[in-house]
Amino acid sequence: MATLPASPEAYFAPTSLDAALQLLRGGAATLLAGGTDLMPQTHAGRVRFAPTLVNLRHVPELAGIAVADGELRIGALVTVTELMQSEAVRRHAPVLVDAGDHFASGQLRNAATIGGNVCNASPAGDLLVPLLVLDARVELASMREGTRAVRTVPLREFFTGPGHTVRRPDEVLVAMSMPLPPDGFVARFCKFGTRPALDISAVAIGLGAVRRERVLSNVRVAFGAVAPTPARAPRTEAALEGRTLDAATIAAAADTARDEIRPITDVRASEWYRRELIHNLTKRVLDDVATA
Amino acid sequence: MSPLREIVFTINGAPRRASVPLDMTALALIRDVLGFTGTKYGCGEGECGSCTILVDGASVNACLMFAVDCDGRDLTTIEGMAVTPLGERLRDAFVAHGAVQCGFCTPGIVMQAASLLAHDPHPTREAIVRGIEGNLCRCTGYVKIVDAIAAAAVGEP
Repeated sequence: MATLPASPEAYFAPTSLDAALQLLRGGAATLLAGGTDLMPQTHAGRVRFAPTLVNLRHVPELAGIAVADGELRIGALVTVTELMQSEAVRRHAPVLVDAGDHFASGQLRNAATIGGNVCNASPAGDLLVPLLVLDARVELASMREGTRAVRTVPLREFFTGPGHTVRRPDEVLVAMSMPLPPDGFVARFCKFGTRPALDISAVAIGLGAVRRERVLSNVRVAFGAVAPTPARAPRTEAALEGRTLDAATIAAAADTARDEIRPITDVRASEWYRRELIHNLTKRVLDDVATA
Repeated sequence: MSPLREIVFTINGAPRRASVPLDMTALALIRDVLGFTGTKYGCGEGECGSCTILVDGASVNACLMFAVDCDGRDLTTIEGMAVTPLGERLRDAFVAHGAVQCGFCTPGIVMQAASLLAHDPHPTREAIVRGIEGNLCRCTGYVKIVDAIAAAAVGEP
């Protein structure tokens, strides 16, 4: 077997969040959860191991799904399979189940975690678009002078570029939390690739809004794989906010979406094709919401 | 050279102990250290499913799992599955339906099929197709594989 690049020098599997955070104080650690991104990234040399490998899988504070104080809170270690099987998620955030159903394959859904998907910050991360639509917040913990410090960052401010986020090296993503959707909230997720399974999205679309009769309010639109990070689309949202979802509104919103995105040409799709996909799929999603 | 880490786990029902490099995959542990060569190395990046094993009952790609993360866990490979009633049923059905050509993908598909049937004993044909979406076969065109899994689900060879 070929020599692999820079193996870690030490390994820890802490069993509490405080113990994990102590290990990260120096910042020179690689974090392991499901491993499904870390393993291929390190073996291909795209990511180098830090001197210390910290396996977070035994940290109980990072596990579990809870509903409390008007919020749905999903622990960082929750796998895509667990997400899809959760009664709380199915009830309060079914759009995450839809996205999970498009996520890679059964084997990967059993291993990959929501925290890992968020921290890997792929422009095409499948869960990131619906999490943006649900107005999710990222809970980050660190150890400061012997006490745990927690800060919360809106997900829409979390990503800074492909593979890059505002998470500091001494911080652990503890959980994603999101407000429970109001009455009348509808959400959709739509992903386009060349095959259903194991495909990295050419484009992904998320829509969330409160619908009364055919009028949308509190509109959130997010796109994946059409910019350096998954992102909300404020101009498309403005084209829908407070409007009746008729043919003219839908056409205008689809046009706005096509102009608002910043796609690149790569092996999965050309810039032109991505703009056409976003236009046509935005229209399809809105038609579906209008007639549902 | 990566430092070694001592781990304790069970594989196919038997407790084992091993010293593994920190960057080793569970697949290398299973094949090269433990000698269970039924689990195949296909793509090494989670695309083909030929290294599918069960970890604490859930199917995963062994090529994407760190060997150190096997510590304290319960692994099942095709060698362990083969001697269970479900494994025997799947093997007989794969033979009866001609679902094997070169055979390289077969252990991974049998493991994934076993995982599917454990959670959904009577899957629709569509559920079977979805269930093995993470496994590639370059020989059969999948129809005979799906036939075999459907037959195993109803207890027929």
